[in-house]
Amino acid sequence: MPIELKGVTYTYMKGTPFERTALNDVSLTIADGSLTAIAGHTGSGKSTLVQHLNGILHPTKGEALVDGVSLDGKGKENLLARRKVGMVFQYPEQQLFEETVAADIAFGPKNLELPEEEINRRVRSAMDFVQLDYETYKDVSPFRLSGGQMRRVAIAGVLALEPSYLVLDEPTAGLDPRAREELLRRIAELHRKKKLTIIFVSHNMEDIARMAERVVFMHDGRILVDAPPSEAFFAEAEMREAGLAAPPTVALLSRLRAAGLPVEADAFTADEAVKRIAKALQKKKGTLC
Amino acid sequence: MLTDITIGQFFPGASALHRMDPRAKLLLLLVLMAAIFVFDTPGGYAALTGLAVALAVSSGVPLSMYLRSLRPLWWILAFTFLIHLCATPGEVFFHIWIFDMTKEGLTRGFFLCLRLALLILFSSLLTFTTSPLSLTDGMERLLRPLKVVGVPAHELAMMMTIALRFVPTLIEETDTIMKAQQSRGADFSTGNALKRVRHLIPILVPLFISSFRRADELATAMEARCYRGGEGRTRMKELHVGGVDYAAAGATALLLAAMGAMKAAGF
Amino acid sequence: MAFIEIEDLCFAYPSERDERRMALDHVNLSVEEGEFIAVLGTNGSGKSTLAKHLNAILLPTSGVCRVAGMDTRDGAHLWDVRQTVGMVFQNPDNQIIAAIVEDDVAFGPENLGVPSDEIRRCVNEALTAVGMTAFQGFAPHLLSGGQKQRVAIAGTLAMRTKCLVLDEPTAMLDPVGRKEVLDTVRRLHRESGITVIYITHFMEEAAAAQRVVVMEGGKVVEDGSPKEIFCRVDAMRKRGLDVPLAAEIAWRLRKQGIRLPEDIVTDEELAVALCR
Repeated sequence: MPIELKGVTYTYMKGTPFERTALNDVSLTIADGSLTAIAGHTGSGKSTLVQHLNGILHPTKGEALVDGVSLDGKGKENLLARRKVGMVFQYPEQQLFEETVAADIAFGPKNLELPEEEINRRVRSAMDFVQLDYETYKDVSPFRLSGGQMRRVAIAGVLALEPSYLVLDEPTAGLDPRAREELLRRIAELHRKKKLTIIFVSHNMEDIARMAERVVFMHDGRILVDAPPSEAFFAEAEMREAGLAAPPTVALLSRLRAAGLPVEADAFTADEAVKRIAKALQKKKGTLC
Repeated sequence: MLTDITIGQFFPGASALHRMDPRAKLLLLLVLMAAIFVFDTPGGYAALTGLAVALAVSSGVPLSMYLRSLRPLWWILAFTFLIHLCATPGEVFFHIWIFDMTKEGLTRGFFLCLRLALLILFSSLLTFTTSPLSLTDGMERLLRPLKVVGVPAHELAMMMTIALRFVPTLIEETDTIMKAQQSRGADFSTGNALKRVRHLIPILVPLFISSFRRADELATAMEARCYRGGEGRTRMKELHVGGVDYAAAGATALLLAAMGAMKAAGF
Repeated sequence: MAFIEIEDLCFAYPSERDERRMALDHVNLSVEEGEFIAVLGTNGSGKSTLAKHLNAILLPTSGVCRVAGMDTRDGAHLWDVRQTVGMVFQNPDNQIIAAIVEDDVAFGPENLGVPSDEIRRCVNEALTAVGMTAFQGFAPHLLSGGQKQRVAIAGTLAMRTKCLVLDEPTAMLDPVGRKEVLDTVRRLHRESGITVIYITHFMEEAAAAQRVVVMEGGKVVEDGSPKEIFCRVDAMRKRGLDVPLAAEIAWRLRKQGIRLPEDIVTDEELAVALCR
């Protein structure tokens, strides 16, 4: 069963001169097992939107449901629904606080009041998944690690909750190219191997192009585009309105097309782009350019 | 929510209060606060309440914001009122269990609460209409003569400036950290007092760490921009005492004189 | 004599547990006045440490760093060095000191003891130069990341700085903010001839520079034009760094036996080469 937002409106600081509507009648359904990217520039409402997905914010109007259960409410049911959605905030390493890596990752499972062995199992498996060796790192202070490692510890802390849905807000922000590459690979694997439903928020079109099966563009608290990548990245007017640029591969291939190379522009990784160009060059051999 | 706190917030505007010199405003605030304690008669309270309301209206800041500034003190006000209502000896008008409520207590409780509320209101008038920076600037100038007795006026003012500058940033950060820990199943609202204090650790530790990091980076940024203490430093905005300030001082003096006369006459 | 001269510069952080690990290891670099240099390198390669030497926030453990002929270790010139070289840091929130934009821009000249009407003029000029005049009375927390970084740039310009050192100024910004900052820096370089040293992870920003310096393990390992650096795709990848997409694709096509020039870096160049 999916996550559903039905006609969600959210207003910050209602009733003060600083009142601001961050979301305006947004409806969105996230299907089980999908990998959705939400893009938009700062202030477009994308971060507000994802905070509705695990009940951190409750709609001013409209409702948010997980597996058909409302996230708003004090009942056991509502609590369980909220817990199905794991949330990795922007710069998640800023929320680390325990003395050791293992203790920090165990914070979530402990709050769920799980038995000791289960907590240990989850800590091990989460560390395993973000490729931090359990024996090497369990007793290390998280504050002694590099930026990329700290981020992986923070993500492991959310994975240890074993959510069915995982929301990531700008997971690669501030990382260097190598750390970014590694993290994206891990996320793709979470989706592929663990069958986790993933929603990831980013303004990095390259990351989105590589990862997403479905793309949502937000602007001014509304959804502008909600389509597969092959359509979304070619919705030029909407992308301009949202202040987003086409992914580098699409921009490059479109440029080649404009120069007269008969190439399809819907490639979202460098590999695909190379294949498309090679194919186009084959075709071109027969004709004159 | 944390972002609902209005104490210490500044609302830009162009009213006479906004245009006054911060030093004049600070001094007049002190005078008015003293007046609240000196003129503790119904007539005095009426005059000061009238003044507070008139100034609040003239400031152009929404009146609801002044009411909001009283909200965090709601419990203290109610508590003060109840204590005095029941603990003041006098003519009992209502009795419940072991509590005797007296008419004297009713009046006394009311005026004490009014006094507290006026203190907050006058302070809000200052902070709502004075940018934090000119406020600290005013304080620095007022404290400067005390440098000879060892009061570090510049350093205090710089600390205030930075503290004020980072209030919104840290409120936002606290909000994010709370949300993140809640997402990991933390619960801040249930359990006994001890448990609740323990629940604060996952918020306070990250907040402290980030504050230290910010302080460190800020210090580097300040050094990079040639900061070397107050010695030889100039200011872009020199403070000027102008007509508005003299008018305000004159009006306050007249009001106080009138209130003095009223008090002498027994109102 | 070059504007900035770095000779055999070594630096080790005093708290470093492993004494032998140098944050900077015999770095040699010279920068001419008016150059626009991009510095690339993974985290921990020594980029930021190098940047902090340029305005005497850090002083060499051994070797020399000279700015406009002044040795940064010479205490008598400390403030001149810091006025000559302005710094912009990564986190926009942690370098704005005042609660109002124009007051923050005034912070530098105030520290230098400039008379008050002169400061006003510097501040107005600096805000105009970064296009932030309309925001002079704003509180910083109401600005976007890109706007905050432009204010930080204005804060250095107000000191009439000759050289701008930016340490990953766009790492925490969205694409709109990134473009704002890069456009501002390029314009300042073009119009007022300011020297720019720009540390970044983003290739499109490095490609805007006239010269690219690559650092690894506290050493300068490459130094050349963007073209020279980026067409060595293999070497860059091994260092954990990106290259512009066009350079990477051209390199892969060459590996498949398609004949293309070695020096393709931009989309435009690839288009021209493929459609001859």
